[in-house]
Amino acid sequence: MSIGAMIQEANAKVVQTILEGQPFLTDVVPAHTVIPILKDKVLLHAGPPIAYDDMTGPMKGAAIGAVIFEQWTDDYEEAERMLERGEVTFTPCHHVNAVGPMGGITSGHMPVLVVENRSGSAKAYCTMNEGIGKVMRFGANDAEVISRLHWMKDVLGPVLSKTLQETGDGVNLNVIISKAITMGDEFHQRNIAASVLLLKELAPYLMLADVADTERRDVLQFLADTDQFFLNIMMATCKAVLDEARLHEAGTIVTAMTRNGKEFGIRISGMGDEWFTAPVNMPEGLFFTGYSQDDANPDIGDSAITETYGVGGMAMVAAPGVTRFLGRAGASEAQAISEEMIEICDRHNPNLSIPSWDFQGACVGIDIRKVVETGITPIINTGIAHREPGIGQVGAGTVRAPLACFEKALEAYAEKLGLVQHA
Amino acid sequence: MLTTIIQENTYQDSVTLMVLSNHVSSLEGINKVSIMMGTPANLDIFKSTGFYTEELEAATPQDMCIVVDAETDQTEPLLAAIHDFLNNQTKQDSGDKKEVRSWKAALEELPGANLALLSIPGQYVEYEARKALNQGMSVHIFSDNVPVDVERELKQFADEKGLLVMGPDCGTASLAGIPLAFTNVVQKGRVGIVGASGTGIQEVATLIDRLGGGVSHAIGTGGRDLSTEIGGISMKAGIRALAQDESTDTIVVISKPPAKAVREEIEQLLQQITKPVVAFFVGEHGLAPDNHVVYADTSEETALLALGKSTDERTRVEHIPGEATRIVGLFSGGTLAAETADLLALSFGVEADREHRDGFSFDYEGNVVIDLGDDVYTQGKPHPMIDPSTRIDFINRYCDTNDSIVLLLDNVLGYGSHDNMAGALLPTLQALQTSRPNVHVIVNVCGTEQDPQRYSAQKQLFESAGIFVAESNVAAVEYALRMIGNEVPQFEQKAVPTVASSPQTVESSEAIQQLLRAPKVVNLGLRSFAEAVASEGGQSVQYNWQPTAGGKPHLQRLLALMS
Repeated sequence: MSIGAMIQEANAKVVQTILEGQPFLTDVVPAHTVIPILKDKVLLHAGPPIAYDDMTGPMKGAAIGAVIFEQWTDDYEEAERMLERGEVTFTPCHHVNAVGPMGGITSGHMPVLVVENRSGSAKAYCTMNEGIGKVMRFGANDAEVISRLHWMKDVLGPVLSKTLQETGDGVNLNVIISKAITMGDEFHQRNIAASVLLLKELAPYLMLADVADTERRDVLQFLADTDQFFLNIMMATCKAVLDEARLHEAGTIVTAMTRNGKEFGIRISGMGDEWFTAPVNMPEGLFFTGYSQDDANPDIGDSAITETYGVGGMAMVAAPGVTRFLGRAGASEAQAISEEMIEICDRHNPNLSIPSWDFQGACVGIDIRKVVETGITPIINTGIAHREPGIGQVGAGTVRAPLACFEKALEAYAEKLGLVQHA
Repeated sequence: MLTTIIQENTYQDSVTLMVLSNHVSSLEGINKVSIMMGTPANLDIFKSTGFYTEELEAATPQDMCIVVDAETDQTEPLLAAIHDFLNNQTKQDSGDKKEVRSWKAALEELPGANLALLSIPGQYVEYEARKALNQGMSVHIFSDNVPVDVERELKQFADEKGLLVMGPDCGTASLAGIPLAFTNVVQKGRVGIVGASGTGIQEVATLIDRLGGGVSHAIGTGGRDLSTEIGGISMKAGIRALAQDESTDTIVVISKPPAKAVREEIEQLLQQITKPVVAFFVGEHGLAPDNHVVYADTSEETALLALGKSTDERTRVEHIPGEATRIVGLFSGGTLAAETADLLALSFGVEADREHRDGFSFDYEGNVVIDLGDDVYTQGKPHPMIDPSTRIDFINRYCDTNDSIVLLLDNVLGYGSHDNMAGALLPTLQALQTSRPNVHVIVNVCGTEQDPQRYSAQKQLFESAGIFVAESNVAAVEYALRMIGNEVPQFEQKAVPTVASSPQTVESSEAIQQLLRAPKVVNLGLRSFAEAVASEGGQSVQYNWQPTAGGKPHLQRLLALMS
């Protein structure tokens, strides 16, 4: 068999594993109970590995907030010094079956969503969406942010955990996702349909859960207010499904894309856990009045796992409204983006049929060979954080993955296959 | 000064409002506008961005909140602008035909594509041509700078697969009336042309059209095809294709004189087909007819014979006035220059310049013929069929003399060429009429009435300025020779070729026959080529080609190994 045919066969298996994924939302638990290293003074961050000194503003701001939240100190300046002195260890979320939005900062007592992939054994974890405005994932860390995190730890997490126990089997996420993509969600910039569908699934069990009525009401209100609540569930879903596919250890399919504010990192099926990195690009988009492109932090967050799975920017055609973040409008342009993206993918995902794309499925299986060949890089829908710590979100837009990390991955896999002659 | 406007119970989604904020912030007299729904989170943003006002306290999440930073009260124009924006949010669809950036998308867009038209840098031709051939598509290579060994390998590979490679450096072709690259729009008819020289094909095809005939196909082979290195692979494939093709009755073969071994193979092949053949080897004369194969001495004879007309059926005006001492030919068409040089050489009894140095096809006692489309003149400049500037320079240079001269020019029409070359040259030529009345200009317009520039319109432009337009390239040379008092070369009268009696023994592949029936073109490179195909009712998809893997050779090599 030719090398090309061998790669094609391996890719087919990887994509098949992605398509066969059976993600279920089963629980919400304190992070340290499922990620043991968080029992120590450890924080998780988004993206490929990065040292505290190299982090950009929003990630630093969130880390300071997490130190306060964990009550390792109650003084912001002391928190910053602790981090500068290296008293807190950092690990990428991706290294411990987790993903985190924007800064991705996750600490031991934050509640995390648990998504199980029942077609295999992968589980993935992600913190819960805090809503919009001043939130930790964008680097905000004042008292309001910290107190919301405590409420999530003390009320939202436990109430949702009890609710999910009432469901017996957890929530079948494929059902919600395939419905929501027909309702205008692309699962990165827009999750309102999936969030509502989730609330619809959970509401009866929330009524059954053994919790105080005030808490029930507050949780219901929070879920009703939080349009992007499903984003973090989607991220864990994509992670759990793609991690199963990563076990094949062959082929040229992208299994993770993520950014730490400095470096964009990808993993491919043929190279297991290895990261291939290149400097991140600057997102471009729309800014809240009073902010501009000059305030934008470079590309950051694990949420590009959604594009890795084939949704987000890759599925722009499903959510034409999101096209406006490109400064353009219109269904034809949304379609043009997805048409471009399918050129770098293995095939359409029959489980995610998109009505506005003549019911063609979403993209699945980004193939680095096609990326390198065409120079077309995945387009990512993203929130935009302020470059300074402590301010938060300033806009939203799109950004391209840098080509160089795909080229590096291709070279590395070629070398693994013995295709590179050394001088 | 901050002004607050609250529009109660007016919902717009946040994206729309962000676009709207940007839009109205550019209005005159306004520093900045922030428009958001009055949710608690948005009120926080108003606070943190310095746009918070007391009035906002009353806002509810159902209210559209507008805060304006302006020197004076701008409420009225602002509300008008907001209203206008919200009522006119649809965008006009560009209606553009879909363009692609990969082979896969190209073939999805145009299933059954059977021809790749390449106008991309020569170094990438091999890679893309192989991709096309591997997918069962024939290839038309407009690009030059393709090494001869690459050309041979591509053509051998194509031949094994029953596919056709036209080019490299194939400037013109037309299959079933679909123009490819620089091509005239010729009436459909029963003459099939296969040729190794671009303007040779164009001159013969347009003469056939103007003589009332038509062309089934014009297959280009590229100028090196009949060399020993290539062995005429494409010429032979083209002949076999036209022999088999049901829409072709007569076959025309055009080339510079082929290498000896190649010529023997071609002649042998021509004997194996039954259709009448007119062969024109530019610069060769006095070749005896061989059964149903007749050898023409000029492009004009070729057109006449192909239509079954006698070679003395050509038309000439009785006399054109003017006397001169020498001829200056400044050509955009290489074969037109070569044929002119050949006829001058015959008349003067000297050899044509075979070295072709600096594009000189002929240079004898002040009589010169220059091919301005030669590589020497097109480095970093558009071809003289597109850009008149080089020719204008040469006209001014060569006419800066007190000698009485005949200035011979060609004007090649068709897709790809300048849209009004007559108009572009006229100011220079008219200035000459005043300053240099000793210069007599004769033009050959190589084109048809269906060409985008229209033959009659270009002819009329020249004639209205008192410039003589000859009936053909050969006619132009003959007039010029007469004006300098030279003999016009006379060629033997030829019999019209007939149908062979022996049965035809050649066959062409189904893939090539399919290509001749209905070409479907993936166009890599110059967008105008795809537009030309579409203009004549052909099917094409524009592939906005970029070098694979960003043009990085080591990545291209790895991709080739891993695909």
